[in-house]
Amino acid sequence: MSTPSICIIVVSGSHERLQMAAMLASVGAVSGNEVNVFLSMNSLQYFAKGADIAAPAEGSFGELMAVKNVPPFKSLFEQAVELGDAKIYPCSMALDVMGIDEDALEPWLGEPMGLTKFLSMAQDAQVWSF
Amino acid sequence: MAERKVIDARGSFCPGPLMELIGGMKLAQVGDELEVLSNDKGSVNDIPEWIRKVGHEMLEVREEGDVWHIAVRKVK
Repeated sequence: MSTPSICIIVVSGSHERLQMAAMLASVGAVSGNEVNVFLSMNSLQYFAKGADIAAPAEGSFGELMAVKNVPPFKSLFEQAVELGDAKIYPCSMALDVMGIDEDALEPWLGEPMGLTKFLSMAQDAQVWSF
Repeated sequence: MAERKVIDARGSFCPGPLMELIGGMKLAQVGDELEVLSNDKGSVNDIPEWIRKVGHEMLEVREEGDVWHIAVRKVK
């Protein structure tokens, strides 16, 4: 059984969605799947270099996670890269709108990517969006 | 008998214990045994599934009090 390539698009800034995306990226990547993550819109702010911003809860589960010892989503994304060779790409449009360049982001992120390239990557992959 | 390295992931939730095991696996030598301590019940299913998928060896899963002990061997 071949392991599919997984493409994950994250546009939400909510704790629940970021957490689920990070869980999927990390477990997928360490299980032999090629994982490509595209970060845009409200998700990108958390990946500024050294940013330690708490993501707001969307509902009661997010509030519960805030007081339990769930692994931080940012650490899970970093583990996906370090332990599973996942690639995490900031959206070039989002960088333009925010007025920052890639040097302002965590060094374990990949090069900024446009949607056209990501669509090519996603062509034969499972696609998940958060 | 091979040394068994203990990875204490008690108090962490999915996928924390699995990710800690994988971090330990990266540093281990082929043939080494690792034992994860977890009180996240999902680990009891997730870790054996990962081991099967990736091709390492499950040694044992046992419950002691409210802690699961999941022992594996790195085979490649």
